[in-house]
Amino acid sequence: MSENQSIAEALDHINEYEREPVPQSKTKGFKDFLAMVAGEHIAGTEFVIGPLFVLHGVTATNLILGLLVGNILATLSWTFICAPLAVKTRLTLFYQLEKICGYKLVSVFNAISGLQACVFAAFMAVVSAGAISLVIGLPTPSFTEMVPKNFSWFVLITIVTGLITVIAILGIDWVSRFAKISTPWLPWVFLAAGIATLPSLGVENINDFWQVANTKIWTGVAAAGMQQYNFWHIMFFAWLANTAMHIGLSDMFIYRYAKKPYYGLASIGGMFIGHFMAWVASGILCAAALQAGINDPTPAQVAFIGAGMAGLICVVIAGWTTANPTLYRAGLAIQGILPNTKRWKITLWLGVAAALMGFFPGIVSRLDALLAIFALIAAPVGAVVLLDVYLFPKIGLQQNFSHENNGGFNSAVAATWVISMATCYLLYIWLEVDFFFFMAIPGWFIAAFIYVPLSWWMQKRKMVNQLVTSK
Amino acid sequence: MNAVLKIISFSGLVLTVLPSVLMFNSKINFQQHADYMLLGTILWFVTAPFWIGKENKNKI
Repeated sequence: MSENQSIAEALDHINEYEREPVPQSKTKGFKDFLAMVAGEHIAGTEFVIGPLFVLHGVTATNLILGLLVGNILATLSWTFICAPLAVKTRLTLFYQLEKICGYKLVSVFNAISGLQACVFAAFMAVVSAGAISLVIGLPTPSFTEMVPKNFSWFVLITIVTGLITVIAILGIDWVSRFAKISTPWLPWVFLAAGIATLPSLGVENINDFWQVANTKIWTGVAAAGMQQYNFWHIMFFAWLANTAMHIGLSDMFIYRYAKKPYYGLASIGGMFIGHFMAWVASGILCAAALQAGINDPTPAQVAFIGAGMAGLICVVIAGWTTANPTLYRAGLAIQGILPNTKRWKITLWLGVAAALMGFFPGIVSRLDALLAIFALIAAPVGAVVLLDVYLFPKIGLQQNFSHENNGGFNSAVAATWVISMATCYLLYIWLEVDFFFFMAIPGWFIAAFIYVPLSWWMQKRKMVNQLVTSK
Repeated sequence: MNAVLKIISFSGLVLTVLPSVLMFNSKINFQQHADYMLLGTILWFVTAPFWIGKENKNKI
């Protein structure tokens, strides 16, 4: 047997339970989730989002309150919605959804999910590669640059996405292990960078902080051409940046390995260390960058200002700890469309796709818009699955309709999804809502309200048709 | 040996954050802060992989 065949065979034997419940023997402890979730949410993107709030002119008070409330809501969403459902079914969202709505419809959702995850992984590769460029003195394209002028960028992206792809292929154990090693170190770099930068902004003792925060960091004045943010923007962004994962239930892919339902609490590490602390720290760094005359700072520049070489390493590692589970998730999503194709092969091709996207930073740079659009797409799906698993048995409706009806198309799910997204988009236009994230929660509730009657109507019609046919 | 590795690892974490406090209090300059953070980073990543996760291996 050749060496190439044995590698492929070894990869074929990696079982990630894509289409079956995770066995109890493979479940993991709370510490595994704390590390994985914290690692995923302490990412290179934190160096992007913190500055975003500064540039959008939020005040210090609105920032702190918005982050507090929003991150609490996000934690509660994982704790009470995503994790308990994942432990109950022990399935991926994609397979659970397929059992409810059928192969054709879930393929559409899976394709969108896979694309979104692939773009996100590509973005993280761009962020990491940008930091490596700074370390080794190579030119770095800006986020708005569509075609980089230097060949070295293409080589760097290939290497970075290659490493990310290898970890994603090796599966949840390797993703988890990499996170467990990186996560204890990551938050300290953000904290240290923020503290070290404060004196340059005029904070000479802790009592100066609030005044400097209001006058030099979160000033309440948006940069030219940027939309003004207030408490609600921050709160909804903090809560719904990960809509697809908590109320959209995509994180069933990790919580299906949880021993207990309450492991959703592990998300508190990601939300308050990764999001709250890191966004505040990177906001401080952004203010220092602006003060130094860098008007559109990259994550690498921002990190270097506060932590030097360790900051650049942090950007690389943080990008990686987010890209690994993201590409892993993309592999599971597309595998749902191609169930007869091995996950590792799919993940490999997605890695190639991520690299191709990463070659052109301008393609992947609109991260905030992408997250908002996907929140609107994912929220109704989460409502459908939640009701199907918990409510349907209690009210006499058939669960897993497609699975119980020879893989039939579930028109109730299709209608729910389309009506919910269309209604939210029309509301967004009609009410002149200035922030797409505001529509994700209405989308969830609209889906919840219409899925039950639509399912009832569909299942009763089927029953009547069967009775007529049998006569 | 494990205990020694853990001590070095946690020293690396302390070295990652403590210099920033010293810099905030004007005890060291930025370059010293950056150098100590880098040393702490190296100490952590050179030692942590050898003990993190290994204590749980037999439980799975």
